[in-house]
Amino acid sequence: MKDLDSIIEQVKERFGDAVESSDRPFGDAVLTVRKARIRDVLSHLREEGFDFLLDIAGVDGLHLGRCERFEVVYNLYSLAGDMRLRVKVFVPEGDMNLPTVSDLWGSANWAEREAYDMFGFVFEGHPNLVRILCHREFVGHALRKDYPIMKGQWATGTSDLKPDLERE
Amino acid sequence: MGVEGIPVTKHETGFITTRLDEVIRWGRKNSLWPLPYATACCGIEYMAALSSIFDIARFGAELVRFSPRQSDLIIVAGTINYKIGPVLKRIYDQMCEPKYVISMGACACSGGFYDNYATIQGIDQIIPVDVFIPGCPPRPDAMINAVVKIQEKIDTEPQRGPRRPERERERSR
Repeated sequence: MKDLDSIIEQVKERFGDAVESSDRPFGDAVLTVRKARIRDVLSHLREEGFDFLLDIAGVDGLHLGRCERFEVVYNLYSLAGDMRLRVKVFVPEGDMNLPTVSDLWGSANWAEREAYDMFGFVFEGHPNLVRILCHREFVGHALRKDYPIMKGQWATGTSDLKPDLERE
Repeated sequence: MGVEGIPVTKHETGFITTRLDEVIRWGRKNSLWPLPYATACCGIEYMAALSSIFDIARFGAELVRFSPRQSDLIIVAGTINYKIGPVLKRIYDQMCEPKYVISMGACACSGGFYDNYATIQGIDQIIPVDVFIPGCPPRPDAMINAVVKIQEKIDTEPQRGPRRPERERERSR
């Protein structure tokens, strides 16, 4: 089992420019990866022993003045090696598409649906990319900074969950 | 069991006479079957109200039913969000008249501190509420007080079912 530092070095060596930066803020390893290679990097990390995807988080940096508005954060964990690694990817507002990783980690299925629901990231290749928390009639994405946070939207009915479960 | 609160005439041969309306009222009042629509921590306080220390059975409202067809009091205990709203409305519609609603706790009454995109700011936007219980969560005593308030309401309302605007519209037609 390799240690975290050597895995990070290996990723940098193998993917070169695709790794924008690697850092350890507050002692937690963070890799920032270009969007075009994100799936390759994650797939490699999966093979290197990161067998557990804890969560996929979204960040809307609308008021942060960065070059790209959105950010997706993959929180990885290795059960055997007890290692944590955060992989970040910047996503521009005009191109919200990302490749899915739901075939690599089962937990990515619902995590990607949540990120889609709350921020509007489109995970290409996802088996069932529909809203998971908000109701299906909801318009917009609730955790975007330009969504009025107190604006509720009425649901007129319930949705059948059976087709979703069958698809999964 | 006595028949308190009903005007009765006792006869020597072992029966009583009274008015049918009064008997129906007495029955309704003392056998409220609640449907616990518990979505959050208020549900835990409601369970405490049901259990032996607070013993809501003293007021005849301990027999919880999980079918709207069998219950005449729905207790909405917890946060109601926009996604579950249609479900609550449908369950309320499925209950038979006469039916009563208790909105238990800050969330059900007003959305509580969840003033956001997901939470309905008070269930009275969906269904008519008879009694609001404040608190976060309210104590079981408050729950019992609400049941007593419903009983008082049954005591004073017209006897052939509760006053509901939609029913009165139907009658006037």
